[in-house]
Amino acid sequence: MLNIKCPYCGDRSQKEFAYGGDGTVVRPQLNQEVTDEKWDEFVYLRKSPRGKHIELWHHIAGCRQWFRVQRDTVTHEIFKTAKINEEIK
Amino acid sequence: MQKYSIFSLIKNAFSNHEKWDLAWKDPNPKSEYDAVIIGGGGHGLATAYYLAKEHKITNIAVIEKGWIGGGNIGRNTTIIRSNFMYDDNARFNEFGMNLWRNMSQELNFNVMFSPRGIINLAHSDAQMNAYARRGNSMRLNGIDAVLLNRDEVKKIIPMADFSEDVRYPIFGGLAQPSAGTARHDAVAWGYARQADSMGVDIIQNCEVTGFDVSGGKILGVRTSRGDIKTKKIGLCVAGSTNILAEKLNMTLPIETHLLQACVSEPVKPVLDGVVTFGAGHFYISQSDKGEMVMGGDLDGYNSYAQKGNLPTIQHVLTGGIALFPFLSRLKMLRTWGGIMDMSMDGSPIIDKTHIEGLYLNCGWCYGGFKSVPSSGWTFAHTIAQDRVHELNEGFSLDRFSKGYLLDEKGLGTKTWIS
Repeated sequence: MLNIKCPYCGDRSQKEFAYGGDGTVVRPQLNQEVTDEKWDEFVYLRKSPRGKHIELWHHIAGCRQWFRVQRDTVTHEIFKTAKINEEIK
Repeated sequence: MQKYSIFSLIKNAFSNHEKWDLAWKDPNPKSEYDAVIIGGGGHGLATAYYLAKEHKITNIAVIEKGWIGGGNIGRNTTIIRSNFMYDDNARFNEFGMNLWRNMSQELNFNVMFSPRGIINLAHSDAQMNAYARRGNSMRLNGIDAVLLNRDEVKKIIPMADFSEDVRYPIFGGLAQPSAGTARHDAVAWGYARQADSMGVDIIQNCEVTGFDVSGGKILGVRTSRGDIKTKKIGLCVAGSTNILAEKLNMTLPIETHLLQACVSEPVKPVLDGVVTFGAGHFYISQSDKGEMVMGGDLDGYNSYAQKGNLPTIQHVLTGGIALFPFLSRLKMLRTWGGIMDMSMDGSPIIDKTHIEGLYLNCGWCYGGFKSVPSSGWTFAHTIAQDRVHELNEGFSLDRFSKGYLLDEKGLGTKTWIS
């Protein structure tokens, strides 16, 4: 069982959360010409690293906020969580 | 190579079964091969076998980080089926069904292929309509599909919960009677033994550390047991595709996820086919030993751990008990996990790449086992002829950027979502 620290609510069980995928993917700017390659990258291509991974989680059975988590994809250890407007380095 | 038969069994009984040949040798890597297959799982070994058998390319090596058959070929729930709606998936897997039917004879190794049928249960009128459509699509591709009503399902699985007041009553189901199961380890061993007998080097405990690429061409592969020169490399490392892609400076439409399965203690025969619960995430079959083999959802977050967490097992078995209440009285024998290439549309990739001599076989999501023979056959063709076969042209790498997705389940890019 993962124990995830929601930046708003504190430590909660994994059961309260939904996963949102890679948190480093950036949507191309609105109202701009976007090349096919950029769309391809944004929609489909994922690094899926072995080790530290920054990802989105949704506290769906809690405060319903989205936030970022830095987690190890081998050990499942969670290093940091941060609000969506904060940086994880 | 020693042929396995009743006669060789009797003959070896006289020497207390101590003089059987090794099923495959344990060679040291040579400095150069015509082709190197990375990954000694089902797909890699099948590829090597068909390269040697169909294309007479025998100066090849299969290199494997651990031991052969230690990855997903030994971790799956052994289900073999071709009940797909889209033409590319259906034809590819139905081609594989024919290879499955003859596999034990062809490999001289009993893979215990048992066409015991699969039923996908439906729990609403809408789902029945969707299954009718899928069944018709299957039949157009020559695959057997039978739409069952509630009573017909009840005859086959009377122990399921058919009471009226359940949350997801059984409306009917879609059956593929020719689907089945096989002994998964034997598939890896059978392919390995035959490939070895035709001259393929199967090199275990040999981890890839890098690639030699120059001028857009593959020149060789660097491993923990030395550098190997080769002009052709086939990548069959589902679960670790992203790790090797990174060494090649490639980013792929794949995320790596964790899937668990479990078996109960063995019980007397109760279920003769494979059943999937159409409302939750649960499927079940009974092994020849009597264990109930069960699986369901991904754990749902990127992972390279070959072990999972308990909430997923609990979630899966909650669905299982809703469908088959008798399961609640069984003890769990073991659970395990494997890591999956989750492609962005749920279908695999078997293709050439922008690097000359580098061929890609990945993205099998949680359905790679049934495709072992068809994947090996088409991938061998792709490597040997340097062009895709018509059976795998739909599994191209550029289908994502071009918009020709094969999203069988219509889940979009988040195929791991539950």
